[in-house]
Amino acid sequence: MQAMQKKYNAIMTGNEAVAVGAKLARVGFISAYPITPQTTIVEKLAEMVSNREIQARYVEVESEHSALAATFASELAGVRSYTATSSHGLLYMHEMLHWTAGMRLPVVMSVVNRALGPPWNIWTEQTDTMNQKETGWMQVYCESNQEALDTILMGYRIAESNDVMLPIMSMEDAFVLSHTSEPVNIPEQDEVDAFLPSLDLKYRIDNNRPMGYGSYSTPDGPFMELKVDMMESMKNSRQTINRVTSEFRDAFGRDYSGMIEKYAMDDADYALIASGTLASTGKYVVKKMRESGKKVGLIRLRFFRPFPDREIVDATRGLKGVGVLDRSVSFSASGSVVSEVKSALYGNSSIPVTGFVAGLGGRDVRVEDFYKMFDYIEKGKTGKYYIGWKEAQ
Amino acid sequence: MFEIRFHGRGGQGAVTASKILALAAFNEGKYVISFPFFGTERRGAPVTAFTRIDNEQILLKTQIYEPDAVVILDSYVMGSADVTSGMDEDSFFIVNTDKDPSELKGKYRNATVDATSIAIERKLGDKTNPIINTAMIGAFAKATGIVSRESALVAVEELSPRKKEENAAAAGDAYDAVKIGWSS
Repeated sequence: MQAMQKKYNAIMTGNEAVAVGAKLARVGFISAYPITPQTTIVEKLAEMVSNREIQARYVEVESEHSALAATFASELAGVRSYTATSSHGLLYMHEMLHWTAGMRLPVVMSVVNRALGPPWNIWTEQTDTMNQKETGWMQVYCESNQEALDTILMGYRIAESNDVMLPIMSMEDAFVLSHTSEPVNIPEQDEVDAFLPSLDLKYRIDNNRPMGYGSYSTPDGPFMELKVDMMESMKNSRQTINRVTSEFRDAFGRDYSGMIEKYAMDDADYALIASGTLASTGKYVVKKMRESGKKVGLIRLRFFRPFPDREIVDATRGLKGVGVLDRSVSFSASGSVVSEVKSALYGNSSIPVTGFVAGLGGRDVRVEDFYKMFDYIEKGKTGKYYIGWKEAQ
Repeated sequence: MFEIRFHGRGGQGAVTASKILALAAFNEGKYVISFPFFGTERRGAPVTAFTRIDNEQILLKTQIYEPDAVVILDSYVMGSADVTSGMDEDSFFIVNTDKDPSELKGKYRNATVDATSIAIERKLGDKTNPIINTAMIGAFAKATGIVSRESALVAVEELSPRKKEENAAAAGDAYDAVKIGWSS
């Protein structure tokens, strides 16, 4: 009992956990617009600001576009800044997403993954963030409330690293994490302070050092060079991600193993690639299947940007088949994640790849659905399969 | 792993009950997870909430389809929701009603408690909207033995937003009063 209480010192929802994460990161500025199921994050932070538990300026705005514009501006002034959104709110931020990344501002944002209408739907799906994959933001998909909290702390360290300087969005599945209560370990403030020093933004707005920011470039100007630099920084950020993840493990004892997590992969013949809470239920099924002698494993995609291409090539080496689970809509193409996996494997592997689309609009992906997916993978079926949909009678 | 499903109506505290139970089990050193059925919550509409309790970390994040126990906060909800879905004869069926367990339909491990009268007696809520979720935690503890009486009362007291002692007392009353309809 004492061991349990020491390991976890609170029970809280995913949204409470990320609010605590922002508090522990000592964010100095918060601006957000409420949207279900993100609302309880900003409610909690507003309460903390009002109780003076957190020394931050909280700015109310009339839209998500303005929320990120305000966050962007404050970050540019050298203040560690935070916002959170979901679904249509994220779409409304789209223009500012490009500006934040293009200006190399290390903002951390929580996104609660929620389906896009029509029809209106408040439940979980990843199409909202998959749509933002070309905005220059790093993307992390969390599978537990603890990871959601810890990713805020690791996120600022990674984003603010001089060789990265790109914003990061950290995802929680709507309701399945955001409104689900789990045991969480809240680290001590002094431990967090030692891990995450205060921000010292090199090129910030400073009256004593006037500069132009995000101004103008002709085709011959530095435009292309700046974009190439961003692409290279994103690609190379995996070194920083791996370093920060292992430093986090040394400081707090929790190991998130960098870009991907391998579960029961050592002698696996078949594996499923999944992210978010679907990876968690997937692990549960893998464990059951292992108990009945099936050599299966799971690769949990933590980062989607940068895409863990080399890591996936390494992790799938020697497998007889791999499946990829997409909880998002991609028209005509095979799927956001599976397309990237196939592209990573091209020329490096001839392993059969099975694509699955499941859980759209928050439809529960049940244990038997995972058994079905592993069955398809074992049979070497390639192509795209919709799992759990109700075929017209 | 032990899986519990709560059925009630919006405003009766099914979601809070699922959290109180999770805290009670957590305080006994168990791994727990609790979550609402993610719907558009409206006062009076049927509400479902879930708790899982296990000795190891809980990876399963689906809804609960084959519950080990179902707790009914409002017996009238039984007419508008399929509350016994996935239950079998070993499942606990714990209902807020003044009836005897033998009067409930279905071959489950039936238990009944008049949580409404207990809540009114303890002045929790009012006569039209009594707060019965905390009493049902006490009834659950006695009927299943999954958490102790003390753990149940401590968790009720901690998570009740007001009238903490009265809520804990109601849980204790229900623990003592619940009628068990099976022979052990």
